[in-house]
Amino acid sequence: GKIEWAMWANEQALAAGLIYLTGGIVGVAGQFRGWQFAAFGIAAGVFVCLLEYPRSKRSKGTSVERTGQYCFTVCVKAFGPLTSNYYVRALLHAALCVPGGFMLATVLGCVCLGIASLIYLSAAIHGEHWEPILHRKELSKRIGESIKKPPQNPPPRPPPELRRKKADHLETAAYDNPMTVAVSE
Amino acid sequence: MGNFAANEGLSIFVILVWLGINVFLFVYFYMAFLIERFYYTRVILGHALSWARAPAACLNFNCMLILLPVCRNLLSFLRGSIQCCSRTAARQLDRNLTFHKLVAYMIAFHTAVHIIAHLFNFERFMDSQLMVNSSFLPYVLSQIGNNDNKSFLNPIRSNETNPTIVMFTTTAGLTGVVITLALILIITSSMEVIRRSYFEVFWFTHHLFIVFFIGLVLHGVGRIVRGQTPESLEAHDPKQCASYFETWGKNGTHCPEPDFAGNPPMTWKWVVGPMFLYVCERLVRFYRSQQKVVITKVVMHPSKTLELQMKKKGFKMEVGQYVFIQCPSISQLEWHPFTLTSAPEEDHFSVHIRIVGDWTQALYTACGGDKTTVLDAWTLPKVGVDGPFGTASEDVFRYEVVMLVGAGIGVTPFASVLKSVWYKHVQKNQNVFTKKIYFYWVCRETQAFEWFTDLLQSLEKQMTEKDMSDFLSYNIYLTRWRDTEAAHFRVQYQAEDDPITGLKQKTRYGKPNWDNEFSTIATQHPGSKVGVFLCGPAALAEALGKQCLTHTESGTEFIFNKENF
Repeated sequence: GKIEWAMWANEQALAAGLIYLTGGIVGVAGQFRGWQFAAFGIAAGVFVCLLEYPRSKRSKGTSVERTGQYCFTVCVKAFGPLTSNYYVRALLHAALCVPGGFMLATVLGCVCLGIASLIYLSAAIHGEHWEPILHRKELSKRIGESIKKPPQNPPPRPPPELRRKKADHLETAAYDNPMTVAVSE
Repeated sequence: MGNFAANEGLSIFVILVWLGINVFLFVYFYMAFLIERFYYTRVILGHALSWARAPAACLNFNCMLILLPVCRNLLSFLRGSIQCCSRTAARQLDRNLTFHKLVAYMIAFHTAVHIIAHLFNFERFMDSQLMVNSSFLPYVLSQIGNNDNKSFLNPIRSNETNPTIVMFTTTAGLTGVVITLALILIITSSMEVIRRSYFEVFWFTHHLFIVFFIGLVLHGVGRIVRGQTPESLEAHDPKQCASYFETWGKNGTHCPEPDFAGNPPMTWKWVVGPMFLYVCERLVRFYRSQQKVVITKVVMHPSKTLELQMKKKGFKMEVGQYVFIQCPSISQLEWHPFTLTSAPEEDHFSVHIRIVGDWTQALYTACGGDKTTVLDAWTLPKVGVDGPFGTASEDVFRYEVVMLVGAGIGVTPFASVLKSVWYKHVQKNQNVFTKKIYFYWVCRETQAFEWFTDLLQSLEKQMTEKDMSDFLSYNIYLTRWRDTEAAHFRVQYQAEDDPITGLKQKTRYGKPNWDNEFSTIATQHPGSKVGVFLCGPAALAEALGKQCLTHTESGTEFIFNKENF
């Protein structure tokens, strides 16, 4: 099938977020010069990870969720077009990655996030957008409810004389037996 | 437990040896940078030097290993040679992709440690240039080599730069960034989600490994890790001279200025061998793709399955193997694996291809799938075939009683097995050891594998003709059905032929009761060794493994073969 670029952009952005975060932690913990950029890297890394953790629903095919992504899906969904539009995301990632370029520890995170931004741009150009994966709990509830209400009346039947089947008058029977009827009298 | 040891023992041993070598290299190279030669380097960098060099050595080792498991023709050759000695060892080679992934994870881990350590190194080198104070040893050390630019210790040569600029202007730094990016892109596009949905993205991005290896070999060319030269060590002993750093080389002292030089690049020594082997592998694949393969017959099965019967000069196969097929008119670079469904005794080899994606759809069209007229043989597309690969499932024929369990698409290799057993029994008239086969096919619907039911039907007919109807007992279990169909099944219960498959043995519904099945087989074949073969999901493998253990009592022994089909 056709590639949904957003799927790869998502993996790349999640990896970039983690790398940004790690570089930021090293920069702050080692008290490197320019540690303020590293601190920004930590914040940006965490933000990107939270944003990218919930996978989008695929337009074709089955979507595989990440473990426990439901709460993240709900949060991300709440921002509406800000998160579902990939042009916005591409721009956001591009903006977030720039401060990382000012310090060695976060440079790798910066470049990876930049690449993710480019792939998201490609996804946006191809008309993709983010869709939440929501469980279809409503359907199963409906089926359950109907079972709980058994029919109150018996089904309509022909009068008793016609109902009783005579083995030698099978043709006049009002209904067909699924199993063969043996003469039992 | 014995089964587990037999099946998994060698794998665990290989993994432990590999981990052991990693640990050994790490510790050895960590200690190798704690010697006198690097005393002054450590004055500036501390232990971060060792923390960078140790994973570098492990990276050399793992990058050497990573190319080997994907040289499948080489592995095939090795497997053929080993098979006569040990089938377990031969089967080990089927786990090549798992090993490839493990080594890749280890490379990623060591890369992370290496980069973090170098972040500290760069920072400390920068610090020692910036602390302009002649009473500060790191600063003094950093000024060495300012004249000739050769005997310096600190690769950062001025204080008007910053680590980021240095990284992009040194060979080691630039290649480091490039290969790390290549590695990250390779890993993100190899995630299972991407691999299974968009194979092309995975496969093309994976070729960044060429960039990775070139960068890796060039990474050490700049000789950025520097230690005292041996001549300098003779004249200048760090232990004695370090505290007199303010008077080095001045008149009257016995401590000249120390000289430093870089280590020569070592990586190429580790990876040149596997790189050469991999180049050979690609050449072999290319050569094989050029060999003539003739499509002798194309069969369109219902429910989107295409059967290709082919002939190739010198092609030898065994049951349960698979081939890679390429069709240059569709894509020059894509090779896709398919299980062989023909028996070795036949004069052709065949594969059954399900139309599920772009490539298979294009193949279907190229073979005239959408046309109703018969195509001339010369209009059929040219194909390349690489293989066969995979461990032969010859084990099947070593048991008197055999249980074959295929789940869903896992039934495909059993086509080859069943046909081969049949040929061996009937046409060759050999005294075949296998006397009884119990075949279980568990799937959601048989329609997708209608060709397999055809095979079973023809086998059934042939067995009745030869009066051997109880040689093969097969049970088909449908695990899902629609309510509307259920009514139809109920009505047709008494019919002679099964309403779904048209076979004499009835289709059953739901999952098999393995306990019952095993008990029945145990009572019917007391005292024999029953081989159980599965091609299906891991959950089923667990269940069957447990059943084998519980039902192996005095006499009947169930041996579970977890084959990698």
